[in-house]
Amino acid sequence: MSQDQRAATPAWLADEPLVIGEHAFTSRLFVGTGKYKDVAETRAALEISGTQCVTVAVRRVDLAAKGPSLLDAIDRTKQVILPNTAGCYDAASAIRTAELARDLLGTRLVKLEVLGDTKTLLPDPVGTLEATKELVAQGFHVLVYTSDDPRLGVRLEELGAVAVMPAGSPIGSGQGVLNPFAIRILLELVKVPVIVDAGVGTASDVAIAMELGAAGVLLNTGIASAREPLRMAAAMRDACSAGRQAFLAGRIPRKLYANASSPLEGLIHAAGRPGAT
Amino acid sequence: MQTATTIRITLNGTLRELSAPTSVSALVDVLGLPQDSVAVEVGDRLVRRSDRTQRILVDGDRVEVVTLVGGG
Repeated sequence: MSQDQRAATPAWLADEPLVIGEHAFTSRLFVGTGKYKDVAETRAALEISGTQCVTVAVRRVDLAAKGPSLLDAIDRTKQVILPNTAGCYDAASAIRTAELARDLLGTRLVKLEVLGDTKTLLPDPVGTLEATKELVAQGFHVLVYTSDDPRLGVRLEELGAVAVMPAGSPIGSGQGVLNPFAIRILLELVKVPVIVDAGVGTASDVAIAMELGAAGVLLNTGIASAREPLRMAAAMRDACSAGRQAFLAGRIPRKLYANASSPLEGLIHAAGRPGAT
Repeated sequence: MQTATTIRITLNGTLRELSAPTSVSALVDVLGLPQDSVAVEVGDRLVRRSDRTQRILVDGDRVEVVTLVGGG
């Protein structure tokens, strides 16, 4: 959000920025840069999504490739780059990848992923804890991809993670937030920002995560693999904002019975039906 | 004894011959890559950008040259 837009936001819509490490974000949507058709589409989708923090991966350079690089898709005046350790299945390779990313980008930020296996891409909790500890000791600001286990989130916070990022559901699965109860408990126990990462299939998934009280949502495939990625980028942006405002506004409790919105007095006939209470 | 005017390294998993001496910095130049677009490991250890000119590659080095790609 620009300075002008912020100035135009009425007080009753105002929100605090999301602070992670040295960065303050007015957009709470974190967007990945994988799987787009080309660099131009990546750039457009990031722009439309309004994101201020984008994830990238570290891979062997393709010596045969020529043409625009990923960095051409990222507007670094508006978007902070968050390198990930995707594809790492043990702490040691995740740590090496983080060190490479720091040297390349000059950033302390890293999205730590230590995965268990290629089929589920579920986070490996032991390797994740081990790598978090080491990276924090090395001065990294670690945003940790993890399961929705609340106690694990607490342990990661204790080790010094700057953000805990529970999966809503498996990476790229589009299943949404499968266990909102675990996310709610995690949100109660963990004080650092909790960003729901992975599994987002459509806009309502983002809204649900934000309504639960997540500090943000990170997604990639939900936009990049949509039939119309740019339209979906706009939908995700709006859902993130809508979900956040709904959380701040406070939803009504769920009740079993109806509660009439129109007055029960002043009816032209007797209220209710026999036997109703 | 032959004089080693070339060395063989493993670059991103593939054998490659280089003239000796070649520094990490020179290798990045030979590959036609901007220095600020890559990060380099030799033998599983990061060679910082500021150390690339000093680090001379030797026969048998395993070198990884990485860059940023799209990812979540």
